[in-house]
Amino acid sequence: MAQKTELKKAGPPAVDAELARRVLADMMLIRRFEEKAAEAYALGKIGGFLHLSIGEEAVAAGASSVLRPDDYAISTYREHGHALAKGADPRRAMAELFGRRDGLSKGKGGSMHLFDKSVNFLGGHAIVGAHLPLAAGVGFAINYEGGDQVCVCYFGDGAVPEGEFHEAMNLSALWKLPMIWICENNRYAMGTSLERALAQTEIWKFGEVYGIPSEPVDGMDVLAVRDVVGRAVERTRTDKTPALIEARTYRFRGHSMRDPAGAVYRTKEEVEREKLRDPISLFREKALKAGWLSEADVRAIEKDVNDRIDDAVAFADASPEPPVEWLLTDIYKED
Amino acid sequence: MAVMTYREALNLALREEMKRDPRVFVIGEEVGLYEGAYKVTQGLLKEFGPKRVVDTPIAESGFTGVGIGAAMVGLRPVVEMMTFNFALLALDQIVNSAAKMYYMSGGQYNVPIVIRGPGGPAHQLAAQHSQSMEVYFYHVPGLKVVRPSTPMDAKGLLKASIRDDNPVIFIESETLYAVKGEVPDDPDFVIPLGQAIVRREGRDVTVIAYMGMMYRAMEAAEELEKEGISVEIVDPRTLRPMDTATIIGSVRKTHRAVVVEAGAGFAGMGSEIATEITEEAFDDLDAPVERVTGENAPMPYARNLERAKTPSKERIMEAIRRVCYAERS
Repeated sequence: MAQKTELKKAGPPAVDAELARRVLADMMLIRRFEEKAAEAYALGKIGGFLHLSIGEEAVAAGASSVLRPDDYAISTYREHGHALAKGADPRRAMAELFGRRDGLSKGKGGSMHLFDKSVNFLGGHAIVGAHLPLAAGVGFAINYEGGDQVCVCYFGDGAVPEGEFHEAMNLSALWKLPMIWICENNRYAMGTSLERALAQTEIWKFGEVYGIPSEPVDGMDVLAVRDVVGRAVERTRTDKTPALIEARTYRFRGHSMRDPAGAVYRTKEEVEREKLRDPISLFREKALKAGWLSEADVRAIEKDVNDRIDDAVAFADASPEPPVEWLLTDIYKED
Repeated sequence: MAVMTYREALNLALREEMKRDPRVFVIGEEVGLYEGAYKVTQGLLKEFGPKRVVDTPIAESGFTGVGIGAAMVGLRPVVEMMTFNFALLALDQIVNSAAKMYYMSGGQYNVPIVIRGPGGPAHQLAAQHSQSMEVYFYHVPGLKVVRPSTPMDAKGLLKASIRDDNPVIFIESETLYAVKGEVPDDPDFVIPLGQAIVRREGRDVTVIAYMGMMYRAMEAAEELEKEGISVEIVDPRTLRPMDTATIIGSVRKTHRAVVVEAGAGFAGMGSEIATEITEEAFDDLDAPVERVTGENAPMPYARNLERAKTPSKERIMEAIRRVCYAERS
């Protein structure tokens, strides 16, 4: 494919124990965070909408593993993993889900609106497609200031039929913005399958139309994601041309907690079959087989992740509700 | 003081603020090479170059979103809507992204952006190009909304809007671009947002009006002076935050109020101001507050129908006479 030749051949450095530990820990942290969030939701500690990315962790972990701290990331409302992988504190993220004062957004945002300026995470945005132009604006600002950062923008396949996807692709190609567009194609926009939503279901091909180097990648393979995003980032930093990556993944849970089974629009057999591609299991096996990690290493990572998330839940539980005066603060910034 | 047109005053404000702050840039349809559909950005491309005067394709949601995203990370964009009617294509970006970002990020990301362009009735531009667009924005917490009536206000308020750390909706008018007036030369002359101005002092009745309706109310006031009715005119200038203190202060003095607005009356700015007056100064009123508003119809094309759609001087005068319990002379 012509597009592939435009991406540089040299990927990120080879895997070593440190990298293996990092991506496995990131994926397990996201998984554990969301499993605990689901429990808290069932207990009524989290309200509203809660969208889990369980099954999709390899995309956030793989992509973030090639980013610098000063790079930007921005996402949809299914953004817990993207925020955590970019470095957000799981304690403050959990407190935000709980609607507490120590939450990342002071309890005013909730699960769909995690923001963490300290790690350049520009938010969870809950109007499908709307954050793509925002992301392009971040890319615009990077160029304006003469920086060499990139902006990673995560979105779902559900955003692709939106006009703003196409406006953002066009503007980023037209203006040569340092964008890494990552479509997490989990094959369902809520309950609408790809085939029922898009005349062209090979999403990466939309990039080709706008002259954007584009590639599909197995979104369940964290190293494959890391490789393709790594090559795209390396090229984008220097050439300032955007990239579109279609990460083919799958969410094991429903669209939100209100769609727990997800069985109306897809079969149980399909879900079970997809679970065989579980990105964490696959990578753990690969890391053990390759000798990057030992069984003891994996157990230590798992224990550490579980401890951190238990701590996050305890932190969120202990954090008070926001004071009622905060209802009327942060509406306008006054000097 | 220099005498210049409203258009030139806006142009000067942009020029001065771009010189003052390298983070300020202008973006929109035809703002550069074409020098603006209404020439507000004339000469800016030549002076500041394409990095800071950015022509866009016709993609209102896209380029407004670009402005908002750039503002989140520290730039200070001025987004031009060729006409504010087109802002409806970017309404989600303005309402859901710009207005709420500071709040839903818990005070982490503010959005210092100005979205400006002409709106309201003009000259036979028909239904889709003549709407009084402020109503779609002033309802939204997180937005500021400015409607500048004079060249001096155009300059002073645009500069204040650019320096503001929040999203500001700045709606001009096709009908005012050629209006001339005095404008201070001082490059640091700004008019703070949220300050109304008494355009004309009077004793008997307060008329609250802005933009074209302010000028029409002025004409009505001059005529009524001959009938012995002394009209005070208050121009809010900023609709959100609204300077209710100045409006209420005037009503406490005159004990009567008429609110004039060009847009359709139902749930319009007149309703809000009339309610504020009733809540804050009911005991001071000698007559019920009257509203003179645009008819509740889309804007027609035909000249006579267009004229009938917006409040006339005569309708304003009749309302003023009614609240003054004055018989028509």
